[in-house]
Amino acid sequence: MLPGAGDDPRGELVRPYAVTRGRTEPTRDIAIEAILVTTARGAQEAPYAGRHKQLIAQLCSHSPLSLAEISSHLRVPIGVARVLVADMASEGLLAVYQQSDDESQGERIEMLERILGALQRL
Amino acid sequence: MHSSDYRYPLDPDPTRIRSAKIVIAGGFGVGKTTMVGAVSEIEPLTTEAVMTSAGTEHDDLSGVPDKTTTTVAMDFGRITIGPDLILYLFGAPGQTRFWFMWDQLHRGAIGAVVLADVRRLPDSFASIDFFENRQVPYLVAVNCFDGAPVYPEADLREALTIPPHVPVMLCDARDRESSKSVLIGLVRHVIDLHQRGVPVGQR
Repeated sequence: MLPGAGDDPRGELVRPYAVTRGRTEPTRDIAIEAILVTTARGAQEAPYAGRHKQLIAQLCSHSPLSLAEISSHLRVPIGVARVLVADMASEGLLAVYQQSDDESQGERIEMLERILGALQRL
Repeated sequence: MHSSDYRYPLDPDPTRIRSAKIVIAGGFGVGKTTMVGAVSEIEPLTTEAVMTSAGTEHDDLSGVPDKTTTTVAMDFGRITIGPDLILYLFGAPGQTRFWFMWDQLHRGAIGAVVLADVRRLPDSFASIDFFENRQVPYLVAVNCFDGAPVYPEADLREALTIPPHVPVMLCDARDRESSKSVLIGLVRHVIDLHQRGVPVGQR
C-alpha cells in the first residue's frame, strides 16, 4: 500500500496523480497489455530514480510483466502507471514491447493459431 | 504478489516477447471475474482507471479535490502461451458510463466474450452494440448459473438480437473446461474471420 492511499475514498481518487507530480499525459502511448522489461541501464540507474521507478524496475527484471500488472502491483490507477512507465521508457530504463501497427495478417493468424493450440492443451 | 508466482523466466531474447488480450465484457455480477479466474494462471489482479467529470482519463486531477470522478476497477488474469507470448484476459464492466475505458481496452484485442445472464439479458445489450459498432470480433457466452432456466440457442439469439454471424455458446463461468472452451471458440471464430477476409476492427 502506498502512503496516502488510505481509507478516504476521495483521497484514493485524487492522490494517485501526486506520484506523477500531477502529470496525467504519458510521453508515449502504451497499451494496457504492453510487456515491460527492465533494461541493463534500468537495472543500474533505477535505484536512484525514486521509489516507484525503482519498484517497477525490480518487478520487470525477473519475468515479463504488463502495464496492467505494474498498475496492480503498485496500487496506482492505470493512467498513473502509464505516465511512470512512459518516462522510464524515454529514459532508457525500460523496454516496451507491444503490438505494432504494421503487423501482417499472416503474423496475426500465426499468433492466433499458437494461442488456440495452447488453450487446447491447457 | 511476488515474481515467483510466474512460471516462466524472462526469454533470453526479450525483443521477441509480445502479448495479446481478450476482453470479457458483460453486466455487473454476471461472472466476468469468475471466468477470468477459472482459466488464469494467476489469481485475478485488479487495476483501475480514473475518469473525471470532463469525460477523459487524462484530466489533471491535482489540486481539484472536489471534481467528480468515476473509478472503474477491472480484474484481469493471464495465460503464458510460451516464453515469448502472454495472453491477458481483461474483465470489462459493461455499463455505458465506463466506456471511457473501453477504447483503450479493445484496441488491439484479439476479440471479446460478451458474458450474459439469462435472467438479466438486457445487461448485455450495451456490450453487444459496442463490439458490433467497432467491428471487434466477439461471441456471446450465456453463463448458466445453478438453477438458471436453460433456453434454446435460437431463443437466446432472438432475445439478444445477436446477428447470425456471431457465435453463441452456453457455459459455466466457474468451470475451467467450460471457460476454456469459450476462449477456444472465440479464437477459432477470429481465425475464421481472418481467413475469410472479413475486416476485424481497428488496431
